[in-house]
Amino acid sequence: MSIKRRTFIKGSAATGALALAVSAGLLVPKSVLAAWPENAFKQKELNDAIDALFGTSKTEDGKIEISAPEIAENGAVVPISVTTKIPNVQSIGVFVSKNPQPLTCSYDFQGTLDGFVSTRIKMGETSDIIAVVKAESGLFSTKKTVKVTIGGCGG
Amino acid sequence: MASNTVKIKAKAAGGRIEVKTLIKHVMETGLRKDKKTGEKIPAHFIKEVSCEHNGKPVMVANWGVAISKNPYLSFNILGGTKGDTIKISWVDNKGESDSAVEKVK
Repeated sequence: MSIKRRTFIKGSAATGALALAVSAGLLVPKSVLAAWPENAFKQKELNDAIDALFGTSKTEDGKIEISAPEIAENGAVVPISVTTKIPNVQSIGVFVSKNPQPLTCSYDFQGTLDGFVSTRIKMGETSDIIAVVKAESGLFSTKKTVKVTIGGCGG
Repeated sequence: MASNTVKIKAKAAGGRIEVKTLIKHVMETGLRKDKKTGEKIPAHFIKEVSCEHNGKPVMVANWGVAISKNPYLSFNILGGTKGDTIKISWVDNKGESDSAVEKVK
């Protein structure tokens, strides 16, 4: 009886220490680490990258607005923003079709946000920018061509 | 450890909070070569940016190497008022990180 009690106390003390380490931020829960979509970033073709991120590359056209310059003099800094009126947005992905890795960034919405994000991205050459929005009602996409005078990926 | 790399501006207007943030980071692609030695400069970029509104996560940004140097990010949170707190934290591919907290104006 007393032995069982001993092991029980040891066991609960160990779990307690683990929980403490997690809450103190020493151990990051695995789900957080696994969230970065490495496979989608590795893809070299646009459709493969969309497929890797959203599980399919079939998208409906429209309902999204990409604002970006027609001509970007410096490919290293291209300001873009994605705006959509689609309700209940879950995530937004931004792709550049001719970049070595088409996926530039993705945004996972966890709270109530407006359908809007703005970032500055790098573009290797003149190419299409594709914004993909995942919402409760489906997967949507829009593209816009941006001419690049000086590329911003290599050198 | 990186410090003082995150600048946040958060403003309440029209029933939402406009968040704008600038992060100081090299965002090295891993494709560039050092002009003197001809060797490739290893990739060094922010992978994840997380945003909290009053301690509650609202968004995670997953970034690749194609985000410009010293990244800029802006988004809008629906609801919220003056005095709320916005926290932005980032982690890069070398495990470096930083965060900042700002009150909504």
